[in-house]
Amino acid sequence: MSAEAPRADDHHLARTDEAEMFERLSRSNLVTTWRWYLGVGVAGAVLLWGLIVFLYMAMVGMGVTGYNKPVFWGLYEASLVFWIGLSHSGTLISAILRLTHATWRAPVLRGAEAMTAFTLMVGGLIPIVHLGRNWRVYYALPYPSSRELWPNMRSPLMWDAMAITTYLLGSLTFLYVGMIPDLALLRDKSAGWRRKFYSALSLGFRGTHEQWRRYHVASTLFAILIIPIAVSVHSIVSWDFAMAKTPGWHSTIFAPYFVVGAIFSGIAGVVIVMAILRKAFRLESVLTPLHFDNLGKLLCTMTLLWGYFYFTEFLTVWYNRNPEEWEVFGSYGGHYLPLFLTMVICNFVIPFPMLCLKRVRRSISLILVPACSIVIGMYAERLLIVIPSLARRNDPFIWANYFPTWVEFSVMAGAAAMFVLLYMLFAKFFPIMAISDIKERLFHTTGRTIGGMTVESIAQVEGEGEAHA
Amino acid sequence: MKHTWAMAIDLDRCTGCGACVVACNAENNIPTIGETEAGKNRLMHWIRVNRYWEGEFPEAQAVYLPMPCMQCERAPCELVCPVYATYHNEDGLNAMVYNRCIGTRYCANNCPYSVRVFNWYDYKWEKPLDEQLSPDLTVRSRGVMEKCTFCIQRIRRAKETAAEEGREIRDGDVVPACAQTCPPGALLFGDLADPHSEITRKLKDPRRFRLMEHLGTEPRVVYLKRQKGAGR
Repeated sequence: MSAEAPRADDHHLARTDEAEMFERLSRSNLVTTWRWYLGVGVAGAVLLWGLIVFLYMAMVGMGVTGYNKPVFWGLYEASLVFWIGLSHSGTLISAILRLTHATWRAPVLRGAEAMTAFTLMVGGLIPIVHLGRNWRVYYALPYPSSRELWPNMRSPLMWDAMAITTYLLGSLTFLYVGMIPDLALLRDKSAGWRRKFYSALSLGFRGTHEQWRRYHVASTLFAILIIPIAVSVHSIVSWDFAMAKTPGWHSTIFAPYFVVGAIFSGIAGVVIVMAILRKAFRLESVLTPLHFDNLGKLLCTMTLLWGYFYFTEFLTVWYNRNPEEWEVFGSYGGHYLPLFLTMVICNFVIPFPMLCLKRVRRSISLILVPACSIVIGMYAERLLIVIPSLARRNDPFIWANYFPTWVEFSVMAGAAAMFVLLYMLFAKFFPIMAISDIKERLFHTTGRTIGGMTVESIAQVEGEGEAHA
Repeated sequence: MKHTWAMAIDLDRCTGCGACVVACNAENNIPTIGETEAGKNRLMHWIRVNRYWEGEFPEAQAVYLPMPCMQCERAPCELVCPVYATYHNEDGLNAMVYNRCIGTRYCANNCPYSVRVFNWYDYKWEKPLDEQLSPDLTVRSRGVMEKCTFCIQRIRRAKETAAEEGREIRDGDVVPACAQTCPPGALLFGDLADPHSEITRKLKDPRRFRLMEHLGTEPRVVYLKRQKGAGR
């Protein structure tokens, strides 16, 4: 098959050559290049290194990290918040776009949902990594013990564990249910062990009218249910901090602020992932500049929202001048100035003006600049939330600073590699493009002229109205 | 009888000598971590003597503030532990079950006094130092949070002795290591539930105050303010 530039007559592709469309969209499943093996090899090696270092840390003790007396949490916890934050956009964007019937959504869905699932898996492991006695993690599970010891449900850490588990299970279900028609398609087009594999996973989906109707009802329902879960998960992660008595953490703005930050970094993550997918699997004809333009608009809005939340957080502290909080914020201008500047520049100064320009949003290489800078800036922000508050505690006698050691860096590099590896394996074995949604879009949309503009508009699926009634 | 153990620290008497810290280390099997680790701010003392400076250099004056666990009535640490490793015991103390702790360190983050310490490694007691370990206490493993318990082993021992002799605990039966060793007698320990105890009398002192009271933790450790004036 050819990998030509986007074609103007894509609209008719589905009608004229379904096989070619399938081949184009399933390139990730069909063709395995040496680059893929190289990527998996490198990611696997880094993950292995991270695992070895983690085991070393568990054998020797947390002393090999840079943690010290007032700063009991550091890079691990900041990374936890970062990864959980990154998970936010996938499912959320996908659910919102499904519910609003946005016509451009189809090629973005699967890749974004998969990102959510894998970042959650990585983020969900970090609480175990950071424990002093990882081998006793099951104490935090509500298992029937002969001593009748139960976990402490008043602890925000328990809420956190439950929220992350719920979100992970929810997103995996959402991802899987949305994938069933595509798995059925792959089943029909494959042979050998792959055929058995996809047969089992597609749950006997044959594409009958009734099955489609049920599929639409199920995916709409999941989309409705997943949105409140997504919002609540990051609120709860923020309560790990906001419920503590620590100056700088104990703030009511934390929940909405964390959710906004999460969606912010998540959309940036989706943009990066989409750009990589587009390049790696030659999806230029599907992931068009239009998608990046739309995601860029979302990102621009979130930049403003994030900036506003940050400003309000400062404003309340500045206004009340509580000496304990003031010291924490004072350290942003002192020892933690580099971190603070990184955050402000990467989260606002660079992305906002860039994202205002249509030229940037529509160019894939240019939009990667604000997207990458936001991911870096949000990591800096998470570090800035966790560390200075602990380093400038209530009692000035014990103030100390913190810098991570090679151990923490290695383990977190392993976490990043785990995400890359999971994503690459997923792209290899599962449809990374929502083929049936793309097809649906090609069949059901028509150009409609409203005023002077031609917009894509979706026709109602037959029978859907009755099903809802 | 229900006890309300409390400690009074008379800042007028404290000279900042640090004897309480040494006594506590010896009594509670607290490891000596060495210079390098101490340089990383990982001292494991259950009681520390804070030193602040008052005034500018020529007239600078050191202010000492011994700081054990405050044994808060409304302890922020207890609330956040996911596994109930730290809890409020029947005497109203913040007790710690070391072998239940999984080391989330959230309790330490939530303690406004930062008096909890963490076992960064498995510490070794070289021979013959292992001979001086107290058999009444566990030696904590790596990854476990620990803290001052008002020498709970001594409270237990006193309760047992009193029960054997068929009497109530008398004032002065329980003396934690730090209070026992304090040369100027700045630390005083006792039962507030006993109306005739020395601590009950001492806490009527108008100089009394508690640290960071605005946080609402209701600490059991009460300080007596340093007085200024002639001869001080």
